[in-house]
Amino acid sequence: MISDLPYTDEHNIFRASARKFFETECAPQQPAWEEAGMAPRTIWARAGEMGFLCSRVSPDHGGAGGDLLFSIILLEEQVRAGAIAPVLSLHSDVVAPYLAAYGTAAQKRAFLPRMVSGETIGAIAMTEPSGGSDLQAMLTTARRDGDDYILNGRKTFITNGHSADLIIVAAKTDPEARGKGISLFLVEVDKVQGFSRGRMLKKLGQHASDTAELAFEDMRVPASCLLGGEEGRGFPQLMQRLVEERLMTAVASMAMIDRALAMTIDYVKGRKAFGQRIADFQNTRFKLAEAKTEAAVLRIFLERCIGDFMEGRLDAPTSAMLKYWATEQQWAIIDDCVQLHGGYGYILDYPIARMWLDGRVTRIYGGANEIMKDIVGRSVASAARHD
Amino acid sequence: MIRSRHYTPAHEDFRQTVRRFMERECVPHRDEWQKAGRTPRELWLRAGKAGLLCTKVDSRFGGGGGDLYHALIIIEEQTRICFNELTFYLHSDIIAPYIELYGTEEQQARYLPRLAAGEMVAAIAMTEPGAGSDLQAIRTTARPDGNGYRLSGQKVFISNGQVANLICVAAKTDPDAGARGISLFLLETDGADGFVRGKNLNKIGCKAQDSSELFFDDVRLPPEALLGGAEGQGFAQLMLRLPEERLIMAMSAVANMEEAVEETARYVGEREAFGQPLSDFQNSRFKLAECKTKARLGRAYLEHSIDSFIDGDFDATQGAMIKWWTTQRQYEVADECLQLHGGYGYMSEYDISRRFADSRLGRIAGGTNEIMKDIIGRTL
Repeated sequence: MISDLPYTDEHNIFRASARKFFETECAPQQPAWEEAGMAPRTIWARAGEMGFLCSRVSPDHGGAGGDLLFSIILLEEQVRAGAIAPVLSLHSDVVAPYLAAYGTAAQKRAFLPRMVSGETIGAIAMTEPSGGSDLQAMLTTARRDGDDYILNGRKTFITNGHSADLIIVAAKTDPEARGKGISLFLVEVDKVQGFSRGRMLKKLGQHASDTAELAFEDMRVPASCLLGGEEGRGFPQLMQRLVEERLMTAVASMAMIDRALAMTIDYVKGRKAFGQRIADFQNTRFKLAEAKTEAAVLRIFLERCIGDFMEGRLDAPTSAMLKYWATEQQWAIIDDCVQLHGGYGYILDYPIARMWLDGRVTRIYGGANEIMKDIVGRSVASAARHD
Repeated sequence: MIRSRHYTPAHEDFRQTVRRFMERECVPHRDEWQKAGRTPRELWLRAGKAGLLCTKVDSRFGGGGGDLYHALIIIEEQTRICFNELTFYLHSDIIAPYIELYGTEEQQARYLPRLAAGEMVAAIAMTEPGAGSDLQAIRTTARPDGNGYRLSGQKVFISNGQVANLICVAAKTDPDAGARGISLFLLETDGADGFVRGKNLNKIGCKAQDSSELFFDDVRLPPEALLGGAEGQGFAQLMLRLPEERLIMAMSAVANMEEAVEETARYVGEREAFGQPLSDFQNSRFKLAECKTKARLGRAYLEHSIDSFIDGDFDATQGAMIKWWTTQRQYEVADECLQLHGGYGYMSEYDISRRFADSRLGRIAGGTNEIMKDIIGRTL
């Protein structure tokens, strides 16, 4: 792949070994893991052994100290292989960075090495039944009680929620204070009373990844679980991480587009109708030309955003544009690809059908695309006022 | 604002020159020229004097010796004053390069300095009533006559057709040879017997840009009118130039998206309805967000493509991709932005109404977007 990003030989070697891992150890297991509704712990340990977990964590805590490109490579290769589970990126690129960026020295020591090895699996619990993208409205509370906090509330749509042993829980330490009242807690769920997991949520797609409801009933955790050791920091901590999370969502969408296009181009060349290849109909060529162009335009914007992020200058509105656009394009292109497959596109034995189902979520999660448009729209309107 | 390793402070100085020129020479006359359906020859002389013509042509021929970012600057600055009709780019960056790249030394020396000075205004005549994107089907012929040729046929939709006095005409020197029978001729129109300009065609938009039918009735061409001096090269010459021409069209598309978004953001911030500014309505913000996103993607794609072009890595497929994508998005953005202006968006005093009308052209000109998709589709 031709890229303006600073890929080195080390990155290329890493990509080759990631490709092999996902193709040989994860992709063939997807049907079994879909049946189970989740990936087994053994594959997490295996990923840890191979160096595929938390590749950016510093060597002080057992990690490889890599840059963002290692995370991008892993995500791209996982998508390319068609392996939905295990959801490594959530563990490595969403959860671990909270510890690395905001954790106390003791918190980092306690959890990061175990997350690198795969002994501990991470999840993060923000969304509640009553509020998704509107975080400030959350109802879960954490009341200080001596040396402890007591948490009460419910969370939902928690990815890795059944597999996880360490869950970062967002709760209000000051229920009156909206954003400033939110704090994050590191909860080792096997070590606390009052924690329960609801049923395994059934989803439209992503069947091999587990998604949970969680309930906290007078769940007592020691004060040392407060991320960073200071109350009320949760909202800015969450906000600061969103730019990267949205960037990574776009990386995955880009990889889905590439995969869908490659398999569809193969399909239309092999299949005939009315005495000619599907590929030879003008409509097919035009649809694929449009998709190929959209992919090229997105690739250039994405790489510019990745480069800017690595130089510390990707702003929130730009990452919102990228997330919204990449996921909408991914959805539209995969839908066109399903159409070009005809009836087979509707059959789940064909990967394109599964991609269609699995891919529907990206327009919703990480902040719904409507939230993205609101962020962008407000920044455009406000720039015009300050002209 | 431009992010490119090829963009220098000298470019920014040039931008100031161009901006002053637009403010001084164009803004006061824009409406009058739109009514007249053309720009005066005088404007071209002034542009030549100010260094706005043939910026990319080598300085030994009187050009600016610049690069594609000079072309981009002129297009951005004319877009800023909502004057899409200014066809300096056609003259300087589309037609002059034919002479610079393919012309004989005599042709280069005779025409390039005059084009750079604005003493001559150029047009290129390819399209015919019966042949648009399908160039091989042209019927205009150049028959041998003595040591020269006789040109007969008809062209249509020719930009600068009314003001030009140097027209690069595509004609068949061998009507049986398909593409290989096409040659390009440089016709000096002053005193050319048998050459007739048809009426200035009335268009949906781009009102101050003249567009003509041209008629050639046994027009005599001397042998030195044949571009490059060898017959049958026309089709290849035209094809080789297309990627750059399409990149230039994308410049205008991206610049227009950006201006439309900015104008509209200002408008919805000022205008009130139902007791609140339009920008407080969620729909306004979402539509602006969608338009802004398209403009930003277009900008990144454009700068990347110009850099690729300067680095010598820009092919026909890339040209086709950026042309259809940016012109299609330009049209969508202009339409959404017009909608946010309500009734005022339909009134010609508002720039957005002109941008909308002008934007319809990009999806057709320079090879229709359907042709672009065909070019891309064939590479899959």
